Amino acid sequence: MSDQTASGRPESPQSPVAALPGGEVTERDQDGPMLAADGRPLKSSLARALRREKLRALALIAPLLVFIFISFVLPIADMLFRSVQNDIVADTLPRTVVALANDPLEEEGVPSESTFAQFYTDLYIAEEYKEHTRLGSRLNYEMSGISSLFRGTGRAVGRFDTDIYADQFEAADPAFEDPAAWADWMADDDIRAALPLTTDAYDAWAGIAVELDEDNPAEEDPEDIVYTSLYRDLANGAAPPAPFPQVDVSGFESVSIRELFIEEDEDWADPEVWETIRAYSSRYTSGYFLNAADMQTTPEGVELRPENERVYMTLFVRTLWMSLVITFSCILLAYPISFLLATLPARHANLLMILVLLPFWTSLLVRTSAWKVLLQNEGVINDILVWIGIVSDTNRLALINNATGTIIAMTHILLPFMILPLYSVMKTIPPSYMRAARSLGAKDWTAFWRVWFPLSVPGIGAGSILVFIMSIGYYITPEIVGGTRGVFISNRIAYHISTSLNWGLAAALGTILLVVVLALYWVYDRLVGIDNVKLG
Amino acid sequence: MDGSGNAAFVAFERVQKSYDGETLVVKDLNLSMPKGEFLTMLGPSGSGKTTCLMMLAGFETATHGEIKLDGQSINNIPPHKRGIGMVFQNYALFPHMTVAENLSFPLEVRKISKSDREAKVKRALDMVQMGEFGNRRPAQLSGGQQQRIALARALVFEPELVLMDEPLGALDKQLREHMQFEITRLAHNLGITTVYVTHDQTEALTMSDRVAVFDDGRIQQLAPPDKLYEEPDNSFVAQFIGENNTLLGKVEEISGETCKVRLDSGELIVAKPVNVSEVGERTRVSIRPERVEMNMERLQDGAFTLKAEVLEFIYMGDIYRTRLRVAGHEDFVVKTRNAPDQPRLKPGERIEIGWLPEDCRALDS
Repeated sequence: MSDQTASGRPESPQSPVAALPGGEVTERDQDGPMLAADGRPLKSSLARALRREKLRALALIAPLLVFIFISFVLPIADMLFRSVQNDIVADTLPRTVVALANDPLEEEGVPSESTFAQFYTDLYIAEEYKEHTRLGSRLNYEMSGISSLFRGTGRAVGRFDTDIYADQFEAADPAFEDPAAWADWMADDDIRAALPLTTDAYDAWAGIAVELDEDNPAEEDPEDIVYTSLYRDLANGAAPPAPFPQVDVSGFESVSIRELFIEEDEDWADPEVWETIRAYSSRYTSGYFLNAADMQTTPEGVELRPENERVYMTLFVRTLWMSLVITFSCILLAYPISFLLATLPARHANLLMILVLLPFWTSLLVRTSAWKVLLQNEGVINDILVWIGIVSDTNRLALINNATGTIIAMTHILLPFMILPLYSVMKTIPPSYMRAARSLGAKDWTAFWRVWFPLSVPGIGAGSILVFIMSIGYYITPEIVGGTRGVFISNRIAYHISTSLNWGLAAALGTILLVVVLALYWVYDRLVGIDNVKLG
Repeated sequence: MDGSGNAAFVAFERVQKSYDGETLVVKDLNLSMPKGEFLTMLGPSGSGKTTCLMMLAGFETATHGEIKLDGQSINNIPPHKRGIGMVFQNYALFPHMTVAENLSFPLEVRKISKSDREAKVKRALDMVQMGEFGNRRPAQLSGGQQQRIALARALVFEPELVLMDEPLGALDKQLREHMQFEITRLAHNLGITTVYVTHDQTEALTMSDRVAVFDDGRIQQLAPPDKLYEEPDNSFVAQFIGENNTLLGKVEEISGETCKVRLDSGELIVAKPVNVSEVGERTRVSIRPERVEMNMERLQDGAFTLKAEVLEFIYMGDIYRTRLRVAGHEDFVVKTRNAPDQPRLKPGERIEIGWLPEDCRALDS
């Protein structure tokens, strides 16, 4: 407003729309920003005028945006989140996780009796819900052998010698034999408050009875975990109020749950097992990423895995290297074809274009399988080479189930993605440039190298980005023709998604791949400039 | 038709060109140019003029006949060895090089030393008054500036022959007129032989020493601009160059330098026979609009008069343009100078017009 007064313009609070037909719409103030006729800064007037346009554009793309968000962005975000997510330990062994966190692990890294007791309850419940095997598989990614440890002990945990507690309680007071009495006690808030472990175990057991066995807990005898918890509550000095029977447990015969576990499988005395459980008890973990980078956590901290266990870095390096080789082969093969396509008369160029696109329209699987037929030891190519006499019959070339097979097949499959951007860029280079160069005295090669080639570089850039990024994430072709030495990181990701079901690791590998691609893209942008990339 | 047979610097001898083996784009072309001439190939699109230029530059090969440069046949010499400078329609400046690099390119491929290159580039840029633009990219220049650079690039390696393929087509009128002058000035100052292709007749008339009018793969007339305008050889040239009134009729009598033509509307007029030879032949009589007189007092002796009706009278500042109905033709145009002694007419007025028989040429029909 002060600007306005300074410029001496009469105050006219018109809307920008009304101001437009006025003619003299803009005028620069002495020092201030450019103003519209109504005295608002021109920039904000312009922004307002353009807002409608922008909203309209947004409305037009909204359906696609929503579709992409729901079907693409959300699942990917969810998948990537799994690389740090780690709920299974905390969800399956909630009591153990809490107990372990407070357990100093004084006895050579093995938890105390009370922790084992909580673990007993957890494992018993998990076994009922059949969740202990899933947990075992999950922890097995971190330490091999845990899976069978959980499965074996899970089978045994129902048969632990903890039934002595039930027997002794029932001998001490026959009321314990009545399921209905138990139900009444457990409905009493004072009793529940006095017996925390028992309440917890009873609720869990009742849940199992209702959910899995479809029984009424008031008609069933509580399981051993309830009595074991009750013994431990009372042994800790709990004094439940009436009507809970007063029982003195000091004379009770007791068993060490810790010993029971170790008896069942001596691995429960292995501190590494407990270290693993503890390390992965948090709901978020860097474990998958460490694993994906061939590293591991040891009691001494994070370190590289032994050399013979470093799988993923080898795969990452191989994927990047082979993608580079494929990209380069594609450039070599696509450049002359694109040149021909761009310079031939339309009639011939169209025919050639159809030949280029024909494989493009054929199913990827069919093309890859065709390569399998062509490349195998007794395949067409080897047969021809033997027939011509270039290789001997006993010394056939290994063209498939190795890196060579992957490179050959993928170069073929990704070739159109190099040809098309190259072609569309070359098509925009006017033939008069080459003519001009030649009329200026350049030989054909000089004209090509000094004029045509530099102008086609944006096409090479676009094609290379496309092919490189596609090949870095390629899966089907390496899977079929790659054998073991020709597979990519994506095959490993697929394996973890569909076979080993280690989604967290798959997500971590995928995240690393994504970051690597974005980083390369950034580097490319810095070196070449994305503005120089033309797709058409 | 052609001026100097012996001292021909550029010569086309019985040149034919066919792209598809069925039709001839260029039919039996014969042309010779002396050194230093500015020759324009003028014609409608598809008349074969650009093809001729491309054959001369070496981008197309003649199907038959010989093209000679300085007495040597250049049919089998590749374009880069012909040493001909060329300015392309859309300039064809290399967009990835700066202006200086563009100019330096023909010198580099000729392996000229760096210091010589720089000197020549500078001289060429100064020649087109673009000395300060050496570090710009072509895309940063305006159309006229690009045009100058293209010209400088075609001249920087000092060729004796320069070809220009509609170089001013993309410029606006004012700039075009300015560049026409610049190009002719440069060509004459440097003494370069120039072949210039255009479809703009004004350009052709104002710039050239001689103009070759192309149509249907043949040179219809090769003559200096004034002769081309005043004395067209045939009705195509008469129609194509400048504005022209035609009256259709039949030759009734030929006697030396005059002939009598009975118009289709019945009038008998006197004309100069150009390419009619027989009595009874149909003819197209051509009169330039500015050679028709409407002020009877100014008519010279021996003039021929005809009745006309005014259909339209347009004031155009320096001239009046009057459309008349004459002998049944409604598109007869007369241009008169805006002068006090010229009548201002109204549509519907009936007047008399007249012209000298030598301005009225009986051509082929």
